[in-house]
Amino acid sequence: MNEVKHRKLKISVLRYNPQDPESVPHMQTYELEEADGMTLFIALNEIREKLDPSLQFDYVCRAGICGSCAMLVNGRPALTCRQLTKDLGDEFTLAPLPVFELIGDLSVNTGKWMRGMSERLETWVHAKEQEIDLRRIEEPMDPELAEKLYEVDRCIECGCCVAGCGTARMREDFVGAVGLNKIARFKIDPRDTRSDDDFYELVGDDDGVFGCMSLLGCHDVCPKQLPLQTQIAYVRRKMVAMAFS
Amino acid sequence: MNRTLEVIAGSDLVERPRRSRWPARLDYLQSASGLVLALFMWAHMGFVSSILFGKNALWVVARTFEGYYFFGHRYPVIVSIAAAVVLALVIGHAALAVRKFPINYRQFRTFRGHMAMMRHGDTSLWFAQVVTGFALFFLASVHLYIIMSNPGKIGPYESSFRVWDQHLWPLYLLLLLAVEFHGGIGLYRLSVKWNWFGGSNPDEARHGLKVLKWAITVFFLAIGLATLATFIKIGITAHPIYGERYVPTWQQDALPGHGGQAAPVAGQPATTSQAGGAQ
Ligand code: HEM
Ligand code: SF4
Ligand code: SF4
Ligand code: FES
Repeated sequence: MNEVKHRKLKISVLRYNPQDPESVPHMQTYELEEADGMTLFIALNEIREKLDPSLQFDYVCRAGICGSCAMLVNGRPALTCRQLTKDLGDEFTLAPLPVFELIGDLSVNTGKWMRGMSERLETWVHAKEQEIDLRRIEEPMDPELAEKLYEVDRCIECGCCVAGCGTARMREDFVGAVGLNKIARFKIDPRDTRSDDDFYELVGDDDGVFGCMSLLGCHDVCPKQLPLQTQIAYVRRKMVAMAFS
Repeated sequence: MNRTLEVIAGSDLVERPRRSRWPARLDYLQSASGLVLALFMWAHMGFVSSILFGKNALWVVARTFEGYYFFGHRYPVIVSIAAAVVLALVIGHAALAVRKFPINYRQFRTFRGHMAMMRHGDTSLWFAQVVTGFALFFLASVHLYIIMSNPGKIGPYESSFRVWDQHLWPLYLLLLLAVEFHGGIGLYRLSVKWNWFGGSNPDEARHGLKVLKWAITVFFLAIGLATLATFIKIGITAHPIYGERYVPTWQQDALPGHGGQAAPVAGQPATTSQAGGAQ
């Protein structure tokens, strides 16, 4: 076979270590030869192995499932393990997701934020206490509904929608599309006994669904292609209906 | 009066038992006021652009809204009341919308940085909506106040004198641009916000809505600019007879040489004007 000529990639990475008082945010450029089918995740590992062992970034699953590898690629949130370098130019930038606590370089603590959101929105099925009986057979669910639930339950809490949301950037208490999607998810779950009244208590204000200004950054950057626009519209309609009930 | 309630409310603990329903109402009212205003702006463009069909057309439209064809007399106060209602709507809508403005430099800078970095269409459109909305505070208020406080002075000459001799055309040009961009973006946002036309494929629908939004903006800007140009042209050519009222062609013949008020204002004696002076 002929030798395939590979591109030289110039990757500029935003580097900063908040633990080190000497450190100032700066861009550092790494040059790397592209490989066939290379993802950003592979590129970053190669940089760390061959060029700079001090570079910090996160990953676990390498398959778009764990949600830990999100960062800003050319200014837009994306999962590094799913981003093919061939879809990018010869030169591009990488930066940590904003909003979340910065651990160092490209590594951020999305878990802490997501946990706060989950506790605040109580993102678990609220079954009636007395009905919990582990030996009883679970009620069957209509397959169509189950399908719908799975569809929106695919969220991996990567934080892309939060980092891509102008509202979340401006107002730090905003629950974000990830939170509103979860409310929609539990709302259609027949096992959850919470009423619209209860959901209103959770998202019925300007830090909740009424804070969303429909910029749809969330929808356009979600790496799982969740239908966030319609999910948020659904929650909004239900919550506005509460005003007139 | 009820000091106890005031103290509870003032200390922010009023939300304890049950969250207020007001944020929901405000969100609804913001959309409703925006929708009514945007639809009104379409109708409004229909009325003023009648000048493109000739001076008589605008004259008929203006007299219609003064009730001339219903009561046989002109009641310009109807127009003043309508303008006051629109002004109230604008003020209400603006009061609701300022809740979304960046409220300090940090928020402003964060949003601008975010927008520049993301290069995402709908995010940038929102900023355009904030900027045009802010401009409308002033532009729309001035325009509406002038219409309100000049009862009976809407017509092919009357309006053109305002546009040209009274130097309002720069304001109207800015107002046109601000309203068309703001209203167009606003309607697009309303449809995605409430998922009105989502259908079975909301992503495709959104793309179509975006195209439609731009088409509507271009359409109304074109008509608006043509209308404004027509007023300016009339204002320039009719400059020598500044201050005169327009008399429709069929009444110019009916009142030879003498002139007289073509359509009398209710409760006012007919004033004379030089109908013959109108070329
Ligand atoms: C003083 C004048 C005005 C100001 C300050 C203003 C401001 C705003 C702002 C900031 C928004 C975005 C709100 C959000 O993101 O949730 C908005 C939305 C909107 N505006 Fe205006 N606006 C004004 C006048 C008008 C006029 C004259 C029209 C009609 C053409 C209009 C139609 C709309 C529509 C349809 C929306 C979308 C409503 C929504 O998102 O719920 N506005 N306005
Ligand atoms: S909704 Fe999408 S972008 Fe947001 S956290 Fe879930 S998977 Fe990530
Ligand atoms: S629609 Fe816009 S404002 Fe609402 S959550 Fe998504 S990005 Fe944020
Ligand atoms: S490493 Fe798990 S989603 Fe990318």
